[in-house]
Amino acid sequence: MIRVWLPGHLRTLARVNAEVTLEISGAVTQRSVLDALEAKYPMLQGTIRDHVTGKRRDFLRFFACQEDLSHESPDAPLPEAVASGAEPFLVIGAIAGG
Amino acid sequence: MSKVRVLVGTRKGAFILTSDGKRENWKVSGPHFAGWELYHVKGSPADPNRLYASQSSGWFGQIIQRSNDGGETWEPVGNKFVYEGVPGTHQWYDGTQHPWEFKRVWHLEPSLTDPDMIFAGVEDAAMFKSTDGGKNWHELPGLRGHGSGPRWQPGAGGMCLHTILLDPVNPGRMFIAISAAGAFRSGDGGETWQPINKGLKSESIPDPNAEVGHCVHRIAQHRSRPDTLFMQKHWDVMRSDDAGDNWREVSGNLPTDFGFVIDVNSNEPETIYVVPIKSDQEHFPLEGKLRVYRSRTGGNEWEALTNGLPQSNCYVNVLRDAMAVDSLDKCGVYFGTTGGQVYVSPDAGEHWSPIVHDLPAVLSVEVQTLK
Repeated sequence: MIRVWLPGHLRTLARVNAEVTLEISGAVTQRSVLDALEAKYPMLQGTIRDHVTGKRRDFLRFFACQEDLSHESPDAPLPEAVASGAEPFLVIGAIAGG
Repeated sequence: MSKVRVLVGTRKGAFILTSDGKRENWKVSGPHFAGWELYHVKGSPADPNRLYASQSSGWFGQIIQRSNDGGETWEPVGNKFVYEGVPGTHQWYDGTQHPWEFKRVWHLEPSLTDPDMIFAGVEDAAMFKSTDGGKNWHELPGLRGHGSGPRWQPGAGGMCLHTILLDPVNPGRMFIAISAAGAFRSGDGGETWQPINKGLKSESIPDPNAEVGHCVHRIAQHRSRPDTLFMQKHWDVMRSDDAGDNWREVSGNLPTDFGFVIDVNSNEPETIYVVPIKSDQEHFPLEGKLRVYRSRTGGNEWEALTNGLPQSNCYVNVLRDAMAVDSLDKCGVYFGTTGGQVYVSPDAGEHWSPIVHDLPAVLSVEVQTLK
């Protein structure tokens, strides 16, 4: 079980109140986690990654285990603690704007 | 008795204001989609309970929301706006060519006859269409592809397609406006387009009479006279009586002819409204006085409407999609300000009062007249 923490606006959009849990078979990577997230919650398509390029949106970051993984390859394995469900994969909205 | 439903998009959510036909007592619902920018909310003329909303955010991009019950409940529908083919380039602020990049939906225009058909005007400027209630969107590429696209350039607010008029009499004919490219017309449902800017004069571009490059802020049309168009350009209020083939200035005695909104009285096709703004460098009313100007002669002769509007220390703006009219008799006129007020006049402009006065900055105002 993978745990994903979403910023408040995306929790509202997806109509979830807390962490999201996902089941993933195979490698646990940014791409596989986000693919599973978007499959379970289609309304999130395009809000975290660009529809066409698949690139992370500029003002979002991916954190886990107290590390910024935003610039890691989307196909790099996520930390074991994320893959095991011990730690959540965090989607963070940058602090900016008013 | 008739009712009105006012759909308000703001910097921080959408609001729905409802009243009976007297337009005196109002119920306020919202914020819907709190914290998001709502560039536009509009109802289907074919099914007034079908509403569409453009919800966007610098963090999370574009969402389209749809309601089937007049805004009581909403569901997100499709948000995939992908330009057809190679996107190409347009002129950038520094004069170089810049790739087309989708940023947001500025304007949603539902079909006059089919609640599942809707057009979207987007930034960077292009026209999209959905025929399944907003689930899937495809570009009408003939607009960007007709040849002048590399000469279009963004205005200060971005290169946005902000106005879509669907001709109520001539099926398939539509008009759009882009800042800063100008006005365009299609006669075949959006497949092909031609610029309609003859007569516009813009001193801020190298050739003031150029075919494209004009910063058109808004176009309005009365449903009984589809060949007559009114335009608020960056500077200048303009009029065409041949569906945009030729324009002439009708600014007349306006104290300033800069502004954003323009609309037509639903019962009187020669009665039009604008809100003059001081200048392109000072986006607020002249002398701190919020005045709507009305012409009953289709332009040139204007009168200030001030009863109920602040006449001192008022420094708000009225953005291009933030004025609308209902179809009651007398015609109700509505507009929203960047100060968060939404004003109504239930008598065609004679008297004004705020429906609400502390909303986030208002981006758009639309009105539905409900039987």
